[in-house]
Amino acid sequence: MITAEPRHLESRYDVVIAGAGPAGMAAAMGARERGAEKILLIDREREAGGILWQCIHHGFGLIHFGTELTGPEYAQRCLQQVIDGGIDVLTDTYVYDISPERTLKLMSGTQGIKLVDAGAVVLAMGARERTRGAIRIGGERPSGVLTAGLAQKFVNMMGLLPGRRVVILGSGDIGLIMARRLTLEGVEVLGVFEIMPHANGLNRNVVQCLHDFDIPLHLSTTIVDIRGRERVTGVTVAPVDEAFKPDMSRAWDVDCDTVMLSIGLIPENELSRRINLRFDPVTTGPIVSSTMETTANGVFACGNVAHIHDLVDFVSRESLLAGRSAGEFATGKRPPADNIRLMPGDNVTYCVPQTVSSDREHTIYMRVKKPMEECTIKFGDIYSKKLPYVFPAEMVTIKMQAKFLQKFHGDTLRVDVVKRG
Amino acid sequence: MRYDVAIIGGGVVGCAIARALSRFRLRTILLEKECEVGFGTSKSNSGIIHAGHNGATGTLKGELEWAGNRLWDKLHDELDFGFHRNGELMVAMSPEQVSRLEHFLEQGRKRGVTGLEIWDGDRVRREEPALSTEIVAALAAPTAGVVNPYEVCFSLIENACLNGVELAVGMPVRAIRPMAGGGFDIVTPERLVHARYIVNSAGLFSDEIARMAGAGDYTIRPRKGEEYLLDKRLKGLVTRTIFPCPTPQSKGILVIPTYDGTLMIGPTAGFIDDKNERSTTAAGAEEIFAAVRRFCPGISERDCIAEFAGLRATIEGDDFVIAPSKQKGFINCVGIQSPGLTAAPAIAERIVAILRDEGLEMIENDRFQPRVGKRVRFATLSLEDQVRLAAEDHRFGRIGCRCEQISEREIIDAIHAGARTLDGIKFRTRAGMGRCQGGFCSWRSMQLLSSELGIPMTAVTKRGGNTWIVCERKAKSANEGGDA
Amino acid sequence: MSDQHIYEYLCIGCPLGCHLLVDDTEGDTEGVKVTGWGCKTGKAYGEQEHKDPRRNMATSVRVKGARWGRVPVKTTGTVPKKLVRDVARAVQDIEIEAPIKLGTVVLANVLGTGVDIVATRDMERL
Repeated sequence: MITAEPRHLESRYDVVIAGAGPAGMAAAMGARERGAEKILLIDREREAGGILWQCIHHGFGLIHFGTELTGPEYAQRCLQQVIDGGIDVLTDTYVYDISPERTLKLMSGTQGIKLVDAGAVVLAMGARERTRGAIRIGGERPSGVLTAGLAQKFVNMMGLLPGRRVVILGSGDIGLIMARRLTLEGVEVLGVFEIMPHANGLNRNVVQCLHDFDIPLHLSTTIVDIRGRERVTGVTVAPVDEAFKPDMSRAWDVDCDTVMLSIGLIPENELSRRINLRFDPVTTGPIVSSTMETTANGVFACGNVAHIHDLVDFVSRESLLAGRSAGEFATGKRPPADNIRLMPGDNVTYCVPQTVSSDREHTIYMRVKKPMEECTIKFGDIYSKKLPYVFPAEMVTIKMQAKFLQKFHGDTLRVDVVKRG
Repeated sequence: MRYDVAIIGGGVVGCAIARALSRFRLRTILLEKECEVGFGTSKSNSGIIHAGHNGATGTLKGELEWAGNRLWDKLHDELDFGFHRNGELMVAMSPEQVSRLEHFLEQGRKRGVTGLEIWDGDRVRREEPALSTEIVAALAAPTAGVVNPYEVCFSLIENACLNGVELAVGMPVRAIRPMAGGGFDIVTPERLVHARYIVNSAGLFSDEIARMAGAGDYTIRPRKGEEYLLDKRLKGLVTRTIFPCPTPQSKGILVIPTYDGTLMIGPTAGFIDDKNERSTTAAGAEEIFAAVRRFCPGISERDCIAEFAGLRATIEGDDFVIAPSKQKGFINCVGIQSPGLTAAPAIAERIVAILRDEGLEMIENDRFQPRVGKRVRFATLSLEDQVRLAAEDHRFGRIGCRCEQISEREIIDAIHAGARTLDGIKFRTRAGMGRCQGGFCSWRSMQLLSSELGIPMTAVTKRGGNTWIVCERKAKSANEGGDA
Repeated sequence: MSDQHIYEYLCIGCPLGCHLLVDDTEGDTEGVKVTGWGCKTGKAYGEQEHKDPRRNMATSVRVKGARWGRVPVKTTGTVPKKLVRDVARAVQDIEIEAPIKLGTVVLANVLGTGVDIVATRDMERL
């Protein structure tokens, strides 16, 4: 069975990883690969694996494992690697605090309160869901307003339903997946309301989660009022204009007992804020170098802590790199420092990593602000690549070879996505 | 069962009265219609202990604001709720407003309020650098403070019950019948309560309670206040409670550094008709953010983590009514709006005096225990204490709520102290009150409520009544998910 | 009779979501022409989706003696799209007992589709 409690918690580890979801598990493997010997992987839940256990649907692993898996299968494969790799896994433990000298304070249901020194630290705590408060929907405050991730936990792991008649606000992937899930559980899903003119989740989820079950998707429409003194009794929805202002003359009411929110994720950086890191105001995660190192020496960040991903496969890939870098750091190896800063330009929201080095190849992750077809991504005048389309909900991944970066002689490289022709 | 006193309404005023009466050898019961105390107006109170200079001279409000203010240190020492005197600044944006500040300074000094000073704009910004450069002066009042109003209710009632008061929650009063030989029969859906005296502290519904007993003809008009809670990241932006220069209608829209380190902004003030309506509105949000940005420009909608609305119980004439009624033995506390929280301990003392005047024999309870057991706030302890406690009980080592860093043991303690609902846990421990608003921890808190209280998950509610959270896959019967 | 011969599908084979066009001018579903695909999966999906749409299905079933009340399960292959709801209903009342190994067959040959329902994770007994 898949547990790996350390027999004895040491006072010092080469690499300590906060969070044993897909990011943390891949980082652990990366650190092991690069020679770190004592590696501690920590998770606050009683089992490692993270949010994947509740993502019971298909669609994971095509890139990382070369086969389509469900979330739990993906988690279990990663966890098996971690266990086979001899990595100490400490669950039921929360990293409560961290110092710039990389001493971590652990709060553990099994170990009590412990201090642990780390040669390198990887922040892999994942993300949290945006809540009602973040978007200020007006109305009463009944029970029955919950995030899609919490609903997923209730349904898939606990066998409880969040309600009988559900309205979904936001078309993020978790919301779409849950629309299908709830329908299969006999819940009436009355519609998905999305304030943007396009869906926020992957198109394939719109097809297989909504179209397959005749669930309406209302674009450019939002919830303007929640009713119900005790339990939700209904919502008012209204179309919005380009400035997202609701047109109340075209508003209508929907009777429901549940409002499920799928309005985005925010990098979880409670712990990161305990040390004086620099954050990217756009990703809201720590600024990272091409080795996924934050602005604190020996502290690395990856996965949804650094920026929100849409595919776990990319989380694993990015985190493997962070883990390798942490392993190298802990064993005294340091690659040459970055010499180029990437600056988001036209139709680019952000780039991660925020800096790169011209001495090696990089994978650069980025997002665009608005959909565009037939476009070109341009890195200054050193590199360009044609893309059939870009879409804000889909991360753009670019492999950038050193030979192109070596042609650049400045320190700030602008990245634009522009229409062709 | 015959009681000497029945208190109707378990908001902060009712709880303070219950606790004050528990010093005497009386059989006292508190009847609360909600499933926990403090779940009405008190829960959504701003939590300000007013400095003492606000209420006009000659009003009961003015008198009890200052009298109440002075009682909070002792109460805090005995009852272990969050309270500190952070001080307030009433800011003037124009020379005309400075003369208003002088009026309040004078009003306060006459009453004996200590430490009042008028600061010039430079001093204001030296002390509170986030405030606008357009502020020309401020009245500083170090006697002002902040509390967690719900915690106050919980602590007061916990102590009152420790000293023999009976608490009956989920007990709405449907009728009150004055008896021929004195005393009253109080009818609730579940039981009939007989009491010699009634104290009406029913807040928004105190007019209806008074009318049921033929004890006065009041009309409570609910005045709604929306409040917005901002992320803890802004902790320390201001340290004092910041008031604009008040108008005769309202104390205005404030910036309140809550005891727990979040910033709260609000409230709005608009009359509504419905005593159960607590909606927030886009217009309310707009009004509040625009108003506070005038004197504290760094505040943004982006930092909002939660919003809520509360209702003030206002009456014609606008002053408190704390007096015996024409119905012998029935004492009214009606129209207790701001500064009702500040005044609550003084209101309770006044009720004790009134009951004595009305003929209730008050014999000191020599076994009165003024303190409640200290609640462990794990996150605030020293490393040594944390290590020791977690070694003693592993549930101290297990995180319950991450955003507020509450241990699982603290949540269990809250349930043992009377929490019956998710809101009951939230307002006792702060679990679920932070950034994720319960997204991460509510399922676990529900499991703990379920196991500690021996109820199914489907019977766990947000705040009692029909506020169920989850249901079973199978068809749900009509009354499933009812009050825990 | 519809004159339509070109049908649009969005490939769900991977997250890229290629827009496929299926041409069945011949009226012969065996010989449809699929364009717009980016890989072989997409081409095959277009043909399959046009003649007989099929889906994977994942749900969870009751489990006794484990940390959680449900264990996740999936179909071992695709089932006809029109049967997805029935398949979900068919497993709805199943209850199994921990410990469970990944791949444990929870229900064989669901609704005669030839597809099994299997657990998608290990779950230890507590």
